[in-house]
Amino acid sequence: MISVKELRRSFGPIVAVDGISFDVEKGQVLGLLGPNGAGKTTAMRMLACFLKPDSGTATVCGYDILTNSVEVRRSLGYLAENSPAYNEMTIGAFLNFVCDARQISGKERKRALDRVVPMCSIESVYHQTIETLSKGYQRRVGLAQALIHDPDVLILDEPTDGLDPNQKHEVRGLINSMAKDKCIIISTHILEEVEIVCSRTIIISRGRILVDSTPEKLKEKYRCSLDEVFRKITKAKVA
Amino acid sequence: MHSFWAVFKRELKSYFTTPIAYVFLVIFLSFSAYLPFRQGFFEMRQADMRAFFMNLPLLFVFMVPSAAMRLWAEERRVGSIELLFTLPITVTQAVLGKFFAAWLFLAIALALTFPMPITVCYLGEPDIGLIITGYLGSLLMAGGFLAIGCFFSVVSKNQVISFVLSVVACAVLVFAGRPTTLNYLSTLLPAGLVSAIENMSFQTHFESIQKGVLKFKDLSYFVLLIVGWIAASSIVLDERKAS
Repeated sequence: MISVKELRRSFGPIVAVDGISFDVEKGQVLGLLGPNGAGKTTAMRMLACFLKPDSGTATVCGYDILTNSVEVRRSLGYLAENSPAYNEMTIGAFLNFVCDARQISGKERKRALDRVVPMCSIESVYHQTIETLSKGYQRRVGLAQALIHDPDVLILDEPTDGLDPNQKHEVRGLINSMAKDKCIIISTHILEEVEIVCSRTIIISRGRILVDSTPEKLKEKYRCSLDEVFRKITKAKVA
Repeated sequence: MHSFWAVFKRELKSYFTTPIAYVFLVIFLSFSAYLPFRQGFFEMRQADMRAFFMNLPLLFVFMVPSAAMRLWAEERRVGSIELLFTLPITVTQAVLGKFFAAWLFLAIALALTFPMPITVCYLGEPDIGLIITGYLGSLLMAGGFLAIGCFFSVVSKNQVISFVLSVVACAVLVFAGRPTTLNYLSTLLPAGLVSAIENMSFQTHFESIQKGVLKFKDLSYFVLLIVGWIAASSIVLDERKAS
């Protein structure tokens, strides 16, 4: 469902993403791992059509990110790094705006809201403005916004960042429950999360793919915890 | 089209859910009413609104950029632009949606000056046509200033910078057509150039519409100005949205 071909993007002299290629199929949860500044966010932003690649391309659900970016954005749900939102709006107004933009109206909108609001546990703060919410709630509003049109492809940039342990557990459960019939890419620093939710993991550093494997195979191959595997791989390659 | 409406609706509402609308309206309405009275609105003993419209260009030079500065600067600073452009909305739809929302807001501000025409109608028998073209000219001028403000809001993430730049740009376009500037310029430059500068100014076209005659020349000036600055905003925004 997602096919990335030689995607490359630089900012001035810094090459953020340096020709990465991979495919993700339905039913897979891909964890993008890497140290800070590895290029995870840049890669995800390109897939979500927010950044234009310098070269290379990708397709999402068969639509090209360069030539058909509106269709790509229509078919994917994207949660950005700091879950940006319009802070002066209430959650209700905000989700209604997203429905407007995604052409969800009438009964369909009611159904979508009834599904997504309990799913992200934001009923209790539904009428509060977003700026008054804690970081964890803001993150969940971001998640609700990404799920509202029940997309086939989900791109989540650090979905559990800023959540407390209970909320982390809930979000992981949510991702697991959706894993079967969606294609999900998440980026994270938290390695235990990869073990719990990801069926496949790609480790990138300095914009290049170092490893493309599954968490189990990695542990088997290196005979140690994922933490150590991560350190071994990223440090060895960088040095 | 639905994306345009989504952006338009959200933007218009955001003026009224934040204090911006109220602060803007109070200040705009008090100044727009105060200035004509200071200049002898009643003493003139003429049932027309010249004194009111005459002050608008100068008032708009400050007021319109203050309504426009947040359009994109805020969006880029907070990061909500990433949300906006990962929804199925094109840059042009978003720019137009925001522009028309802000324009409608300014139209509301203008409409709220209705006590002025009512006063004039109560006291005498003014030429209604003149008042209508006066308002139309003001609305077009607001649109022109707004398009300029929108552009500078795209250029800088910092609202103060975008405000100052658009005030300067609008002021240059207004003052270029004032008699004092033109008299001075005519001592330095050839007549053709002076008339070109005069024709580029807001003031000239605004006054021309004030006279009650809608000329194609004046209308096309405003339309081209708006289209040009909006197109420039879209192009620059497409390049800079992620930076």
